[in-house]
Amino acid sequence: MSEGNILLKVENVGKQFEGNRVLKDVNFTLKKGEILGLVGENGAGKSTLMKILFGMNVIQETGGYEGNIYLDGEKINFKSPLEALNSGIGMVHQEFSLIPGFTAAENILLNVEKTKPNVISKIFGKRLETIDEKEMKKSAQIAIETLGVDIDPDTLISEMPVGHKQFIEIAREIDREKVKLLVLDEPTAVLTESEAEILLKAMRKLADSGVSIIFISHRLNEIISICDKLVVLRDGVVIVERPTKGVEIRQIAEWMVGRSVEGEKSVHIKNEEDFDDKDIILEVKNLWVDMPGETVRDVNFKVRRGEIFGIGGLAGQGKLGIPNGIMGLFPSGGEVTFNDKNLALNNTYNALKSGLAFVSEDRRGVGLLLDEPIDMNIAFNAMQVHDKFIKKLLGGLIKWCDNKAIKECAEKYIKELDIKCTSEKQKARQLSGGNQQKVCLAKAFALEPTLLFVSEPTRGIDVGAKKLVLDALRRYNEENNTTIIMVSSELEELRSICDRIAIVSEGKVAGILSAKASVTDFGLLMSGIDKLEEEGESNEQN
Amino acid sequence: MNRINQFIKSFGWPRIIIALFLISLFIAGPFFGVSTDMSLNDVFVRFGMNAILVLSMVPMIQSGCGLNFGIPVGLVAGLIGAVMSLEFKLTGPAGILAAFLIAIIAATIFGYFYGKLLNRVKGDEMIIATYVGFSFIFFMNMMWIVLPFKNPSSVQGFKGTGLRVTISVQEYWYHIISDFLKIKFTEHFTFPTGMFIFFALMSFIVWAFFRTKIGAAITAVGSNPEYARAAGIDVDKMRVISVIFSTILAAIGIIVYQQSFGFIQMFNAPLSFVFPSVAAVLLGGASVNKASIANVIIGTILFQGILTMTPSVINSAISIDVSEVIRIIVSNGMIVYALTRKAR
Repeated sequence: MSEGNILLKVENVGKQFEGNRVLKDVNFTLKKGEILGLVGENGAGKSTLMKILFGMNVIQETGGYEGNIYLDGEKINFKSPLEALNSGIGMVHQEFSLIPGFTAAENILLNVEKTKPNVISKIFGKRLETIDEKEMKKSAQIAIETLGVDIDPDTLISEMPVGHKQFIEIAREIDREKVKLLVLDEPTAVLTESEAEILLKAMRKLADSGVSIIFISHRLNEIISICDKLVVLRDGVVIVERPTKGVEIRQIAEWMVGRSVEGEKSVHIKNEEDFDDKDIILEVKNLWVDMPGETVRDVNFKVRRGEIFGIGGLAGQGKLGIPNGIMGLFPSGGEVTFNDKNLALNNTYNALKSGLAFVSEDRRGVGLLLDEPIDMNIAFNAMQVHDKFIKKLLGGLIKWCDNKAIKECAEKYIKELDIKCTSEKQKARQLSGGNQQKVCLAKAFALEPTLLFVSEPTRGIDVGAKKLVLDALRRYNEENNTTIIMVSSELEELRSICDRIAIVSEGKVAGILSAKASVTDFGLLMSGIDKLEEEGESNEQN
Repeated sequence: MNRINQFIKSFGWPRIIIALFLISLFIAGPFFGVSTDMSLNDVFVRFGMNAILVLSMVPMIQSGCGLNFGIPVGLVAGLIGAVMSLEFKLTGPAGILAAFLIAIIAATIFGYFYGKLLNRVKGDEMIIATYVGFSFIFFMNMMWIVLPFKNPSSVQGFKGTGLRVTISVQEYWYHIISDFLKIKFTEHFTFPTGMFIFFALMSFIVWAFFRTKIGAAITAVGSNPEYARAAGIDVDKMRVISVIFSTILAAIGIIVYQQSFGFIQMFNAPLSFVFPSVAAVLLGGASVNKASIANVIIGTILFQGILTMTPSVINSAISIDVSEVIRIIVSNGMIVYALTRKAR
């Protein structure tokens, strides 16, 4: 990394969307083989900046941008992502752009397939050459191996857990031979900690081979551990541009939000004595759930009234299947006792009616009506399940939506949870990730549940919003004595809010520990070391 | 300028072009000897005749079942209602009410099975609906011949069994709705107030329906089925309800059409209502998964306006019958345009 070896130079870049300024005077440089960490709260302008760099159509359609961008000393202004690709910029988006029905190899080599000539192609040209399956597989295998993961190139994308999909997406970008600059937008958001580590190692390897990387992440420890350089954006302005060396996480967080952030771990006031071990609100026995990629095999646990119960574990081990199964979103079986009553499984309406609520991990897919206004999103479940916000006309024959009550309810939650929006009539699609998550929470709160399932509540949202979401959950737990079962792949997050944490491994509960237990204990449970020994024994018995 | 741009964006180019074309036809009309009052009369009458058929698209679009290419299912139910009412020799308001009642019962039954079928082909509703519409019409063509209808004015004159191709309602309930509170402006322009009141009533029912609990559930199903399922809603049931609702509206719509037209058109006639109704609601600005009453009104005015004005004005101007050509270009072009916008 010699001086003056600059690959990318961004100069005075600005952008406004219909009078709404999102970027202003952005300047930074990136050298060859360097990893640049780009951080900022949701809505700080990171994604817009990357869209400009990648020549996405939205930018042109909304009137282009201000300032100059130089790649390898040449001024660039891409009209389409295709041009960006050709000049060696690869980008991995937050949303997957993979074809579910194709195999990993086919996706990685899409449109750059390895081919061999045949009779027809000799006459009609290269586009009719036969696809060379063997070469494809080999090439895909190499790309996957560069990343240091073990995925069969013949697996269909639709059958993969999200973590693997993310790797395939990245493998596709690095497979292009000319790639000089790789933009990774939140690649680790859907990965577990161990998977993320593999990815970080792979990034380092790539950088050492001369590829520059722009890495966007909300996980600040990743930024610190891997990036050479740090750029912090806040409200569209570059706050800090400096080498990562010697920077602390808290300092970055402060730059991001512009105020000093309290320690992630705030004191949880509840003590073990507050709970009555006999007052069990939910008991799960021999639960199995058939959720693709998150199969639950045989889960048993008890949750005490009023506690926050965490469920952790690695991706694909089945922790997400537990709430989805109990809520009836995926086929399940076993015995679930809720409030001393047997809860019929595979019946979502019944589950909601008896006082359960669920914030799904799939915010955009399951959690929201993206094209409906916020108020409808918040009030809908309560209206459908508990007949709230309903005016009964003609003696209950007509159940009329009470728009005024819906509006009031929405306004209340917008204020309480600090949802940033123009009004309660704004469409959910237009909100940022963090605010969408708050709408999902409001939807669950509006049901006034006795037990609330929250699945990956902070996935893909920034530090500030994360804290607000966790605080809202804790406050709700304390004010209403609502039992909360929180599923998350971030152990630190679980430990900061939960009373007890169950670790799920291979579809079974590996163990339940107090949140105060040491990280090593959790780590052992996650890696399933106890398990292996047990299985070994049982195998011998067989 | 900004406001104009915004208006164009929200209203859409296709609508603006067609509206301008329609206005220019109205302006050009008098120069070619087409009287404006007669044109207006035609446009309003045809709006009243077709608006409810277009309205019948809305529930199914809202529930995510797509455009109702299977509208013949509802039309056939309407035909059954109409010929049954004639069979009982009911005249005047009693006659048309009986027709409505029987049609609604038939539409409910047909709609139920039609909806069940569409639930099995999620994702391909529109293609399957087209086939259902076609095959149902041809099945009923046999039924019209076989069923033992007796009324001399509806059976075929030469053999006394089987229904005629067109059955006159002149002596039964001709213009019962059209002439209710009608306003005569000039010799050639009578405003069919009754049909507009009736359309307003139907629109109100649809509007109100989507403001009830069940209507909100249907909207959610159309917007995001997974979300609806996670809210404990029986997605399939909501879809069936919306299909039944659409089918009933189509059945009512065709009877309103018949009382204004004066004839019940049997056999293959329902086929000619499919594309015009679909095209009208799309022209009004509806997409494959969102439609409103305003879309219905704008679309029907524009579509029926073009249909009535082109033959009279253009034919008198250039003495060649291009009206059919224009109708086909507009209706099919509109459908293609809307379907290409599906994947937003």
